[in-house]
Amino acid sequence: MALLQIAEPGQSPDPHKRKLAVGIDLGTTNSLVATVRSGESVTLPDEQGRHTLPSVVRYLAEGGPVVGYDAHAQTVADPFNTIQSVKRLMGRGVTDIKKLGDELPYRFERLDEGMPYLSTAAGVKSPVEISADILRTLQRRAEDSLGGELTGAVITVPAYFDDAQRQATKDAATLAGLKVLRLLSEPTAAAVAYGLDEAAEGVIAVYDLGGGTFDISILRLSKGVFEVMATGGDSALGGDDLDLALANWLVGQLGVARGLGSADARYLTEQARSIKERLTDEPVVEALLAVAGVEKHVCIDRDQFGELIHDLVARTIRACRRALKDAGVSVAQVQDIVMVGGSTRVPQVREAVQQFFGKALRTDIDPDRVVALGAALQADVLAGNKPDSDMLLLDVIPLSLGLEIMGGLVEKLVPRNTAIPVAKAQEFTTYQDGQTAMAIHVLQGERELVDDCRSLARFELRGIPAMAAGAAKIRVTFQVDADGLLNVEAKELSSGVESRIQVKPSYGLSDVEIERMLKESYSFAQDDLVLRNLREQQVDADRLLHSLEQALIEDGPALLTQAEREVLQAAMMQLQEVRAGSDHRAIESGVKALAVASDEFASRRMDASIQRALQGHNIDEIEESR
Amino acid sequence: MDIKQNFFEFYGLPEVFDIDLGLLSQRHLELQKKLHPDRFAHLSDQERRLSAQYTAYLNEGYATLRASLLRAQYLLKLQGIDTHNESSAPMDPVFLMQQMELRERLEDAPQHADPESELAALDKDVEQMMAPLQAEFCSQITIPAEASLHAAAAAVRKMQFLDKLRREIERLEDDLY
Repeated sequence: MALLQIAEPGQSPDPHKRKLAVGIDLGTTNSLVATVRSGESVTLPDEQGRHTLPSVVRYLAEGGPVVGYDAHAQTVADPFNTIQSVKRLMGRGVTDIKKLGDELPYRFERLDEGMPYLSTAAGVKSPVEISADILRTLQRRAEDSLGGELTGAVITVPAYFDDAQRQATKDAATLAGLKVLRLLSEPTAAAVAYGLDEAAEGVIAVYDLGGGTFDISILRLSKGVFEVMATGGDSALGGDDLDLALANWLVGQLGVARGLGSADARYLTEQARSIKERLTDEPVVEALLAVAGVEKHVCIDRDQFGELIHDLVARTIRACRRALKDAGVSVAQVQDIVMVGGSTRVPQVREAVQQFFGKALRTDIDPDRVVALGAALQADVLAGNKPDSDMLLLDVIPLSLGLEIMGGLVEKLVPRNTAIPVAKAQEFTTYQDGQTAMAIHVLQGERELVDDCRSLARFELRGIPAMAAGAAKIRVTFQVDADGLLNVEAKELSSGVESRIQVKPSYGLSDVEIERMLKESYSFAQDDLVLRNLREQQVDADRLLHSLEQALIEDGPALLTQAEREVLQAAMMQLQEVRAGSDHRAIESGVKALAVASDEFASRRMDASIQRALQGHNIDEIEESR
Repeated sequence: MDIKQNFFEFYGLPEVFDIDLGLLSQRHLELQKKLHPDRFAHLSDQERRLSAQYTAYLNEGYATLRASLLRAQYLLKLQGIDTHNESSAPMDPVFLMQQMELRERLEDAPQHADPESELAALDKDVEQMMAPLQAEFCSQITIPAEASLHAAAAAVRKMQFLDKLRREIERLEDDLY
């Protein structure tokens, strides 16, 4: 790990220095890290010049985890300790894992705890920890290559990831010690990479078939704004499934019995993947396979393969149709179709998409790298390196959010494809006389029945005053932030009893667990942790002080009285003093105090900025239209 | 956060049903560029929190003004009539009969020889019934009289029925996918 940098006391680091920010594509099969260098987005290679990092982690009894190509080479020899496609397990419950069944040749543990843990030579690992190991490898690669500590990262997630899967991804970043500037949808990142330079206008579709997930997003582009109109997909459908369909066919051809061992299963899926890839360039592929004592030549042509994957491809086209309908646009209105993800190299996939949209497809940027490249462009803007940029990415939630009501039904509070951030409130009431508590069960999904939706969290609102059934009024508020993460708050209106939770998925990691893992993590000795806490608080303090200084220069004279300015400046001085010390808790409370002191100013600035945005035209136009 | 303005004021638009949707969308993007949390990603937590609140209000306003039914409901709400949350209001019996017929058609749709086109056709019929109601609402709401306001509310209640039907059509379509 790179050493943490601390500025000399009293001297804040140069705020005008270019910030080091990266975009990370944490993929099912491969991961990448990219950054903007000399105005151009580039993926960063490892020491051997390889840009992709196989998303494979091998755990050994001794030493740290092995990540990438070296781990990938051991998948057949050491299947239980070599974890691949961990993205498919992120934010998943035990029941989901059981549905995947034999496809995952791992040893699962603690299945009663709701979240799947994997047993490895290095102990029990959660999918979040495994993903964190991949992120750490990419972070190290970036820091070595850029020569400094990263300010933050934009991490991409499938547009169709639900709250639990997004939260798990963010937790993995926290565990790896990465500051997440934004969780960005993969199709949106791809659209950004296509530049679809700032002059581009119109509706585009992004078809993203990755290793384990499928997304379709419909976006409207206007003057640098990328507005997601609708998104759809399947977070459990990808290239892996194409491989599996072919592997099952191979089993039939070989005439071997079902119930092959883990190593054999791995071998066959690897062979299937290689045959699939060869079929992209060759019309017919022949392979010699040896499994369970049987050795046989197998021959397959493109049409046969096309039949095997026909249903899977058809599923993606149905999702395209629904996304267009949700967006309220017709096929003819779509100007460009951007193809993303390695699986879009499969000729049958391309044909089907082209046929559906009736237009040529955009494939000029490497479909494996396009997501990371776009994420890096966004990271550069978010880190503050491009203050004049007009680029803005407006996202939606992919799946409706709701609550369980009587009868095991789901009441939707926020429908799918609602623009985020969003806040929605609804009032509920009690079912029985004298009811003093209410169980709040938060769900995500489109179906009407609780059992068919994903359970995100359960909590209880207690202390409701006893009243007749239907008399109490409980307001439940859902807030979804720009990353697509949910916060839920419940409040009894007559008594003011309040209960709020950050939705932690039922099978996610708790904050306590994350803290513990951070402490246990091999790269964070106790001293490191203290140092890191201090550094984080200092960065927060600097950020607040710097933005307030700027704000005072810009708007201070116009929006604050002399007396208000003096109060604020005194509060800033106070924070500067504690910031020079080494007590991270003191700095933390100093930051909070200054935030409270400057709240009114920040509010006035926002209002002023709304006025400015609308100024010059609104008054006249209102008059005209009257 | 202190947002006293209603959505029309917030967007600098006149308080009417027939708003310029192009202008709304243009204003929305201008405001998003100023207020979205991504504009504050490198700034303090406080500014980000505030911007998230403003943007949430902005998004709600945009969604409300963009959709004709929500816009109509909102205009009534500004006049003190909440058709969305009222428990029951007397409805025109002819209209109710028509609704029952449409619902029967909806129930039979999955057994139809071609359920997808049947649902699409039904959806189109319902959409066509919306247009005259919108026109009715639009003309009544502009007249500053009690009777006209109630006529406008009656039109919105009918629109609500049709909208609910359309959402059920959509749900059946989703099931087909």
